[in-house]
Amino acid sequence: MPTITFEGKDFSCTEGETILDCMTRQGVMLPSSCQSGACQTCMIRALKGNPPEESQQGLKDTLKAQGYFLACICRPTEDMTIGLSSVSPRFSARVLEKRLLNETVVRIRLQRPQDFSYRAGQFINLVRPEDELTRSYSLASLPDEDFLELHIKRVPDGQMSGWVFDRLAEGDDISFFGPAGDCFYIPGKADQPLLLVGTGTGLAPLYGIFRDVLKHEHRAEVHLFHASLAEAGLYLQDELRAFAAQHKHFHYVPCVLHGEVPEGGLQGNITELPLKVLGSLSGYRVFLCGDPPIVNALRQKCFLGGASMQDIHSDPFVFTPQSS
Amino acid sequence: MSTVYEQLGGEAAIDAAVDIFYRKVLGDHYVNRFFEGVDMEKQAAKQKAFLTMVTGGPNNYTGKDMREGHRHLVKMGLNDAHFDHILCHLRSTLAELGVAQELIDTVISVAESTRDDVLDR
Repeated sequence: MPTITFEGKDFSCTEGETILDCMTRQGVMLPSSCQSGACQTCMIRALKGNPPEESQQGLKDTLKAQGYFLACICRPTEDMTIGLSSVSPRFSARVLEKRLLNETVVRIRLQRPQDFSYRAGQFINLVRPEDELTRSYSLASLPDEDFLELHIKRVPDGQMSGWVFDRLAEGDDISFFGPAGDCFYIPGKADQPLLLVGTGTGLAPLYGIFRDVLKHEHRAEVHLFHASLAEAGLYLQDELRAFAAQHKHFHYVPCVLHGEVPEGGLQGNITELPLKVLGSLSGYRVFLCGDPPIVNALRQKCFLGGASMQDIHSDPFVFTPQSS
Repeated sequence: MSTVYEQLGGEAAIDAAVDIFYRKVLGDHYVNRFFEGVDMEKQAAKQKAFLTMVTGGPNNYTGKDMREGHRHLVKMGLNDAHFDHILCHLRSTLAELGVAQELIDTVISVAESTRDDVLDR
């Protein structure tokens, strides 16, 4: 009889019993609804041990890879520790580099702690030392690089971004938790075309993801659309053009809503441009990062444009202005 | 006799059906305002539970959930005409998947049986 550990307590699961039933029988009421593996209300994560394959039916590959499963149809075959989230140790890292990428975006590179691993496209939670103020930032680096790269936009009245711009210096130490997030590339299906769309610093996770994709020798076309209101908001244009020149199947399209159109770029509404260029998105794997209203609009457009829900990965950013 | 759920091919086939069904619903201007601002993934999971239920797959359907889940939409004006549109999309989804007419009728009658719960009557 497998033992299920949840919030530090052990629960023994009888033969053939689901984890949901086992927990309910012992007084732990996990959220649930259909109890048949369809509605995903009871989704929870294996922090230790492996959930049986059938308990991950219908979940996205990115969730499966992180051990998520459906408690209502999970008949465990081994001991498991389950929970909604794992408790991350706190890491400390030195600022190696601080460089402006444009007027409002700064690139911070941190020394990667040796025991810290992540997937390209995930995010970390940065902690300001003096008062523990915490904000999430996506990683633009690759897991095997010896630095962690963040693209931080100066938010008007932003407490953390203001501090990073004005105070944080090369050589300082900063701490963080993580990683988290399920917007990342899983190698495989190398003939599946990819669409990556980011607004503003939504480029950061995509910068990690597309390089991860190229490294895994993804064969199909990879389209990266980076959008901003005007050209001044774009960044890393030269680097991205160099990647496009080097990899014939990687296409970089800088997009602006108004003003001068950058070389090889487009003007228009970013929620419409990818479909205008690509036509049908049937069969595409899609990654969307940046402003929540744009990401949400794009999710619907991409789905209606033919992409399957299982293949649309997104990371809507939240910008927190200073509260008075 | 096996259920439509089994004849379609079980869980994986329902995933395919949700894809087709949800596309039709979101593309229908008569009903899509009820789906504005909802989390698409959670919504798709709910539709999967619904399609699993109406095709006779494993489910734990309660009229109470259906009633509570749609009450805010009834306040927004959800009525029989909208429900009819959804049934129509369900019918054409199943037809597209090659389900026999007789089985479609069975599924529609199960879906029809949720009408009063959905419309909170």
